Amino acid sequence: MSLNPDPDTADRLLAAQAAAEVKGRSLWKDARQRFMRNRAAVAGLVALVLICIFAFFGGFLAQYEPDYVDFSLIGSNATQGVPSFETGHYFGTDSSGRDLYARTVQGTRISLLVGIVGAGVAVIVGTLYGAIAGYKGGRTDGAMMRTVDILMSVPYMFVLILMLVIFGRSILMLFIGIGLISWLDMSRIARGQTLTIKGKEFVEAAHATGVRPMTIILRHIVPNLLGLVIVYATLLVPQMIITESFISFLGLGIQEPNTSLGALISNGASNMQYGVIWQLAFPLFFFVITLFAFFFVGDGLRDALDPKDR
Amino acid sequence: MLNYVLRRVAVAIPTILLLVVISFVLMYAAPGGPFNSERPLPAQVMANIEARYGLDQPYWKQMANYVWNVVVHFDFGPSFQYRDRTVNDVIAQGFPVTLTYGFWSFIVALVVGVALGVAAAIRHNSWLDYLAVGISIGAQVLPNFVMAPILVLVFTLWLGWLPGGGWQGGQIEYLILPVIALSTSYMASIARITRSSMLEVLNAGFIRTARAKGLPTSRIIWKHAMKPTMLPVLSYLGPAFVGMITGSVIIDVFFSTGGIGQFFVNSAFNRDYSVIMGITILVGVLTVTFNLVVDLLYAWIDPKIRY
Repeated sequence: MSLNPDPDTADRLLAAQAAAEVKGRSLWKDARQRFMRNRAAVAGLVALVLICIFAFFGGFLAQYEPDYVDFSLIGSNATQGVPSFETGHYFGTDSSGRDLYARTVQGTRISLLVGIVGAGVAVIVGTLYGAIAGYKGGRTDGAMMRTVDILMSVPYMFVLILMLVIFGRSILMLFIGIGLISWLDMSRIARGQTLTIKGKEFVEAAHATGVRPMTIILRHIVPNLLGLVIVYATLLVPQMIITESFISFLGLGIQEPNTSLGALISNGASNMQYGVIWQLAFPLFFFVITLFAFFFVGDGLRDALDPKDR
Repeated sequence: MLNYVLRRVAVAIPTILLLVVISFVLMYAAPGGPFNSERPLPAQVMANIEARYGLDQPYWKQMANYVWNVVVHFDFGPSFQYRDRTVNDVIAQGFPVTLTYGFWSFIVALVVGVALGVAAAIRHNSWLDYLAVGISIGAQVLPNFVMAPILVLVFTLWLGWLPGGGWQGGQIEYLILPVIALSTSYMASIARITRSSMLEVLNAGFIRTARAKGLPTSRIIWKHAMKPTMLPVLSYLGPAFVGMITGSVIIDVFFSTGGIGQFFVNSAFNRDYSVIMGITILVGVLTVTFNLVVDLLYAWIDPKIRY
């Protein structure tokens, strides 16, 4: 082959490349099309965007600060704290006379953050852990996955509460605790997928040309895990939200003046016999809608990205 | 098979030991002792109390004692808050309650879930199928701490049919709401798994053969399709068990049933470390044992599994 190919060939190659670009459909574009055809998933996505707008910008609409206590309302919540646009308490007030709209915005935001941080840790730690275990194989794999097995068979909620009691209840501790458990499932999924990718020719080629194992994992294996990882990360977010809300429902999670949907549901549930049903209804509505949205988007992504179902 | 059993048991034992040790280390790392209060006790009194609870001994000795007592005597030591009771007393009082409604929840989730899933699969694409799918999607977003207030709102506050809490020795009307609240989301998951598993099995070759032989449908379902259908369900029972035992904390707190969950949360607020640890370890042992049983059952039922 000469160093200067004749101009004809070059032109033809360029033309072919241009044609290929016009016709080419990437994996991601395919997936996007499949996702957009799924009505439930698109509805979930729209709901999710709306919830995010509500959680991060809804505070601007609130007439009161979330921690402003209206002492005149305490004790007369059922009559004075009713949701209304006139008083500016769109969602009514809670048992301490605080504006429930502002509180719900705050709670939704914290719940979303917990879910996203938990899933983020799972994506980073779980994917790397699983990819390394799967790629190394042998004894390393055995030891790493046995560790995961053992950690998974521990009743984590009890250990998490034990940790919160011992190290003090704070948002940071909650994030750490949730991060510690969230990656286990992800590592198993990543490992399983790595095992199938490991046998492919491009990995063999990389290995044969002397690429170091860590580079192979980061450059060749992890990008190929991405589809699966995104799907499970989306499905993991609602689970993390449920976990956090579970702990906050017991009063052991998020602490005042901060709040989360679980804590708000707990407050609403303990006051529902006093005719202040909105205290339960609004947080519950946002909780349920958020979970639904994540589940639908996750299912849609799975149908779009998971090669098994094609 | 025996080899497999032994290997599984060999993994289970260090898991439990690890849990005991981790709990102990965590507790030891806690700032402040259980008897530190705003008014400091006289040094002599403090020393006496610490001697009473063995807190004056060196760290490793405390740990060894604790592990030894737990493993050999199944003795979790005294409670730090309830002065006249040991952790074993607390567990003996709360555990039967948790076990009662936990058992019924598990049965309800399994029986109703499997029945619903099988019915949906047999009548694929009928209204029953859509109902089952609808329930299983809806129940995903209704974890126990959401179900419990909704149930109490509807059946206690609005309809006035059932009591919204209490235990009264486990009379049936006190049992219904906790069982429904605890079992719904697992029932839905079991229904979903059973349905998809049964649909897959019904498409398999050996079912077509059975049909071709002219076997009646009921016989095909029960004799041929049921066993392979149950395999994925069986492997879900482990996580379901963990979920339910965790959910029992919510049930105990919300319905004031007086199970171990209530003691657990109270102790978490009172920093009663020995009770928290005792319950955590108990739950851990239960979980590990249950998973072991499920794994062994799986190996026994599934001929494809390699030991």
